[in-house]
Amino acid sequence: MKTENPKAWFLVLPVVVLVAFNAVIPLMAVVNYSVQETFGNNEFFFEGVKWFREVMTSQRFRDALSRQIFFTSIILLIEIPLGVIIALAMPHRGWGVSVCLVLMAMPLLIPWNVVGAIWNIFALPDIGLLGHSLNKLGWDYNYTRQPIAAWFTLVAMDVWHWTSLVVLLCYAALTAIPDAYYQAARIDGASRWAVFRRIQLPKMKRVLIIAVLLRFMDSFMIYTEAVVLTGGGPGNSTTLLSIDLVKIALGQFDLGPAAAMSLIYFLIILLLSWIFYAVMTRDELE
Amino acid sequence: MARIRLQDLAHSYHPNPSDDRDWALRGVDFVWDDGGAFALLGPSGCGKTTLLNLISGLLRPTKGRIVFDEQDVTMLEPRVRNIAQVFQFPVVYDTMTVYENLAFPLRNRGVQPEVVDRRVRSVASALGLDASLNNRARALTADAKQKISLGRGLVRQDVSAILFDEPLTVIDPHLKWRLRSELKALHQQSPFTMIYVTHDQTEALTFADQVVVMNEGEVIQIGTPAALFDRPNHTFVGHFIGSPGMNLLPVSVDQAGVVRFEGYAIQNSSQGSGENLAAKGLQIGVRPEFVRLQREGIPVNLVRVIDAGHMRILEFRHGEHSIKMVLSESSAIPDRTPYFLGFEPNRAHLYADGWIVA
Amino acid sequence: MTRFKWLVPTLYIIFLMLPIYWLLCMSFKTTNEILGSFTLWPERFTLDNYRRILTDPTWYGGYINSLIYVVLNTIISVLAALPAAYAFSRYRFAGDKHLFFWLLTNRMAPSAVFALPFFQLYSAIGLFDTHIAVAIAHCLFNVPLAVWILEGFMSGVPRELDETAFIDGYSFGRFFIRIFIPTIAAGIGVAAFFCFMFSWVELLLAKTLTSVDAKPIAATMTRTASTSGYELGLLAAAGSLTMIPGAVVIYFVRNYIAKGFALGRV
Repeated sequence: MKTENPKAWFLVLPVVVLVAFNAVIPLMAVVNYSVQETFGNNEFFFEGVKWFREVMTSQRFRDALSRQIFFTSIILLIEIPLGVIIALAMPHRGWGVSVCLVLMAMPLLIPWNVVGAIWNIFALPDIGLLGHSLNKLGWDYNYTRQPIAAWFTLVAMDVWHWTSLVVLLCYAALTAIPDAYYQAARIDGASRWAVFRRIQLPKMKRVLIIAVLLRFMDSFMIYTEAVVLTGGGPGNSTTLLSIDLVKIALGQFDLGPAAAMSLIYFLIILLLSWIFYAVMTRDELE
Repeated sequence: MARIRLQDLAHSYHPNPSDDRDWALRGVDFVWDDGGAFALLGPSGCGKTTLLNLISGLLRPTKGRIVFDEQDVTMLEPRVRNIAQVFQFPVVYDTMTVYENLAFPLRNRGVQPEVVDRRVRSVASALGLDASLNNRARALTADAKQKISLGRGLVRQDVSAILFDEPLTVIDPHLKWRLRSELKALHQQSPFTMIYVTHDQTEALTFADQVVVMNEGEVIQIGTPAALFDRPNHTFVGHFIGSPGMNLLPVSVDQAGVVRFEGYAIQNSSQGSGENLAAKGLQIGVRPEFVRLQREGIPVNLVRVIDAGHMRILEFRHGEHSIKMVLSESSAIPDRTPYFLGFEPNRAHLYADGWIVA
Repeated sequence: MTRFKWLVPTLYIIFLMLPIYWLLCMSFKTTNEILGSFTLWPERFTLDNYRRILTDPTWYGGYINSLIYVVLNTIISVLAALPAAYAFSRYRFAGDKHLFFWLLTNRMAPSAVFALPFFQLYSAIGLFDTHIAVAIAHCLFNVPLAVWILEGFMSGVPRELDETAFIDGYSFGRFFIRIFIPTIAAGIGVAAFFCFMFSWVELLLAKTLTSVDAKPIAATMTRTASTSGYELGLLAAAGSLTMIPGAVVIYFVRNYIAKGFALGRV
């Protein structure tokens, strides 16, 4: 039982200071820029919602947004079921468990620029194992020139990088199910599918929600790996939201549009996350 | 209906068992009568859950056979073995209603919907669950959930034996009593065999017609609660059953065949003179209920009086040996030091190396 | 069907190991061999790339810089999160639910949004190009995560433990350090693991806030790719070395990985 204690704020203070410093101040700056225009020389003029309107109506932004939505949808559709299937097939006892866990966790701990670099080289048509093999198999594959190949590689890289997160989360939930459930199912004569649907899936529900939320948020924010792999190209065919934003903000130093875009971006993520979360936890409230 | 026969059943969880300790179950050979209520009693790790899982088919035995009536079921899967099992904590299918939970085993076996409906409703009313038939199983209390687990077993018409693995473990104490009575009542109305695993002797002794006492993978004794109380075959049974357990004192048998504790005569040994018994570790076992104060006998000092509710336990000492005696709370403690103790005739048993002699 | 169950994780692991194998392969080849012909394993095995990295300060400095700010960040995040998680787990106070939710939203913040503002903020306070700057910046997403994880573990410890200690006369500080922390040691391990992981791999902010002194290895790698043409062998070696801290950490927590991902809340 929690007790009422206003002095708890002292315990929370260090965290609040650290996070607020990093979050509130920059966000205030961003909001500030989003409603002003500058012509250099540190002169700012209030412009109201001009930047917001400009961003929302710009074709460039809309294209980046739709590419982003497309990307996130594909990888969710692949990574979640794949993760569940692999988790279901993993051993629960024996030496295989440690081996599996350690090897599967490896891609998660590689710096993101190295992930991009690995795939950059791996998929090169002439000197990369993947690129070379795909070309040998008959596909005229070159991700630096063909948008479809670039998308394929981008998705493959993300699946390679992050599916293990889903696997590990689901595996943790599965191993928490006591044996008695499986034993009762054997006695009740339940089929393999019924065991999955009635015992395993319900027990994994909380974890799947976390996994979907995490993958949704992180894939929507993806930057480093994608930039190192394709740089947003060929052309701008793989320019996702973050890549576009950084181009505008750090590349062109267009503070106003960049700030407005940042806020819209952040709000989209918050909104979609909240919707996901509300929809998926609705029957927990029963 | 099933008469369950276990033939030389033994099981080890190790792939290559070498010595005795690798065996969880060692050589059980026993018949469970049709329709009886049995308790399988023993301390943790004695092999009772292993035995239960072998009977239900969740485990395949390393050695031996299991026969239901005339059919050898040793290699058969649980679902074809006409048994049901209730586990230590309630196993219910969270996403289904109570009705669907109870119907589940029948639907898996392809039973007709009308029959399913009939069976489910009849079992639900027998268990008092009819009011909650349409509720999500997840929302019920622990004891209701255990009833659902039980119900899934009762609902199948082919069930001949129900196995319980310490089913009251997570039930609130004040509900334990009620659930236990309901189980007993149910059993009286139905013809199936019930095997009830527990480490709680009170549960075992009140529930069962016959108690199977196990320790370290072996069956030590089988008998009615009264028989186990009056004549334990092994010092372990004497110690494990009864609260407090049996008093055990080292003795010797003299030339004349009289059993003596530290020189004091206790009774005559039925084995004649002590020659064939001399080599083994001899003990006399007598329950505190059968110890009494006498004018002469074993001299002791009163060390402690423990108030155990409806009775009092008096702990006496002779030298380094302690002997306990039970007094009802209404009796006064006699104040005639020095105390001498004796045992009621035919209530003390002689044990050699733990096993009863004759 | 179940006989081939082991095939699934095996195929998946092979899929995971292939690109890593390729990188390792390349790190032991000379750039000539890489560009010249396509070979499945190094035909002329060489340690030159590694030798160059381990002896050239511009290279190995990058690793050291990265390690410094990651360790700093892990320590700061966990230390700050511990009392806060305790407060969330044990007390009710004005605005506690909102505060908790606000913390979690920071985990959802795209680094791209903060790149420019951070650059300006940290330059303004004179911390540009320092390890501490990156360490603090990473707190943006690591502190909420640490609080979330630790709160989950702490909620699993019954209040009776606290109350008993206070009755026994422990001061809050002594209780926290000598009794409570050992109890949630696994949780601290998990939180530290995740902080380490997310800080080690995050590079947009790390690159934005540094230039020379605290330059992380990532920046050195990108610089090599563009200025001296494609020194692939060197790049591959550099990349391979970045995997070592990760592998070491996994090895040490391998027994807790499954438990850890339960995050105390699953």
